[in-house]
Amino acid sequence: MAVTGILLVLFLIAHMIGNLKIFFGATEFDHYANWLRTIGAPVLPEDWYLWGQRILLGAALIAHIWAAAVLARRARAARPVRYVHRPKVHVSYAARTMRWGGVIIALFVVYHLLDLTTGDLNPVADQQHPYTNVVADFAPERWYVTLVYVVGIVTLGFHLRHGMFSALRSLGQQTPRGERRARTGALIFAVALCAGYLVVPFAVLAGLVR
Amino acid sequence: MNLTLRIWRQKGPDDPGRMVTYPVSDISPDMSFLEMLDVLNEQLTLAGEDPIAFDHDCREGICGACGMVVNGVAHGPQKATTVCQLHMRHFSDGDTIDIEPWRAKAFPVIKDLVVNRGNLDRIIAAGGYITAPTGSAPEAHSQLVRKADADAAFESAACIGCGACVAACPNGSATLFLAAKVTHLSLLPQGQPERLTRVVGMVDAHDEAGFGGCTNIGECSAVCPKEIPLSTIGRLNRDYLRAVRARSGTPGT
Ligand code: HEM
Ligand code: SF4
Ligand code: FES
Repeated sequence: MAVTGILLVLFLIAHMIGNLKIFFGATEFDHYANWLRTIGAPVLPEDWYLWGQRILLGAALIAHIWAAAVLARRARAARPVRYVHRPKVHVSYAARTMRWGGVIIALFVVYHLLDLTTGDLNPVADQQHPYTNVVADFAPERWYVTLVYVVGIVTLGFHLRHGMFSALRSLGQQTPRGERRARTGALIFAVALCAGYLVVPFAVLAGLVR
Repeated sequence: MNLTLRIWRQKGPDDPGRMVTYPVSDISPDMSFLEMLDVLNEQLTLAGEDPIAFDHDCREGICGACGMVVNGVAHGPQKATTVCQLHMRHFSDGDTIDIEPWRAKAFPVIKDLVVNRGNLDRIIAAGGYITAPTGSAPEAHSQLVRKADADAAFESAACIGCGACVAACPNGSATLFLAAKVTHLSLLPQGQPERLTRVVGMVDAHDEAGFGGCTNIGECSAVCPKEIPLSTIGRLNRDYLRAVRARSGTPGT
């Protein structure tokens, strides 16, 4: 859970920084996107690095979901008779929504790939110019796309808020003082990551990126 | 006070069980929760009915025998308090109170509110001890322990093995209990020789008993009458990671 989660988080950080390139203009952004496809060249044939990363992330994601499913099944088996009177988990909203939040994020990732990677759900779908795809996506009249992205990213923020703390604990964070630091760090990281992702659709919506 | 109690009644392990409603009257706010149940049992006995079975022993919060889920919260609404030490003044006249047993596959119901917590003993038997000569207590200063370690070990040693952590855990995990026991011994010099085999043995026994896996939610620590800190779980994980890396217990390696 922790190790695969951290791999995914490293990707999220890189992806967020990459997205922010949109503020440098269309040429820069498209150039960056094209560069992604050629990392490793000429040592490796074009695309190989990209596919390597995709395979690694895909494997991490599958292992992560697999581990989550094992935990969920064990939890269900561990309490065959339910409580008649059971208030919701009260210590942490983020912890309570890990499982369903994870499912929402997975659905979002599928939509996102169909939108901006394959272009099937994108109104422009110009492989060579991702900048125009992004701008078309978050146009004000397509507000529902922005909504889907906001829901996906905020859910991810909650997932990471508990996930980052939990990963540190799983890997041996062991003092009460460290726990307070780990929780604060996870919160700051989750908020910063959400902000870093959300600023792109909102900038397009506000007409700052055209 | 007059109260309405809705209590889980289950004749035996194979009975599916159900909630049964009982009114009780003239309950003093100074009674403990268990004394309130004693009053009800007295009435039931006089009426020729089967009294409600529940576990208890010391009634002063130190033995770990008692435990029931009150309105969905293990040991009831008062923080850091076992149900035997919970007073009726925390409730109000006219309240309806739901009372259920610990619910976990690894804690099968024996009768009503009494569950079999033998699986916690099985976890202890798998390593929650030190193999050392018994006898009278050694001279306290014969082995020095850092104050911080002594304090943290003592804090964990306060676990009374009541099982509330399991009852509260959304995953039905006994990890807080496990972590308290491992932390207690692995912080002390006496616990070092068996440190790595202990943690592996106890974690295996925990999983085999049918407890769920921990996802660091923290409901356990919130209901624990001894306030075992959640951070003990980090110590457990650290020892476990060390143990699986060290391959200890393999002779000759
Ligand atoms: C269907 C998809 C997903 C499901 C069902 C899922 C489920 C879970 C669950 C149940 C946990 C629980 C661990 C805990 O409660 O402590 C978890 C942890 C975590 N998740 Fe996910 N998740 C999914 C997708 C993702 C994605 C897409 C990312 C990253 C983008 C991610 C990052 C993390 C991280 C970093 C952790 C912390 C690991 C740990 O607790 O040790 N998850 N996930
Ligand atoms: S950790 Fe707390 S709740 Fe769990 S068995 Fe020990 S005393 Fe009871
Ligand atoms: S009866 Fe001993 S702790 Fe409650």
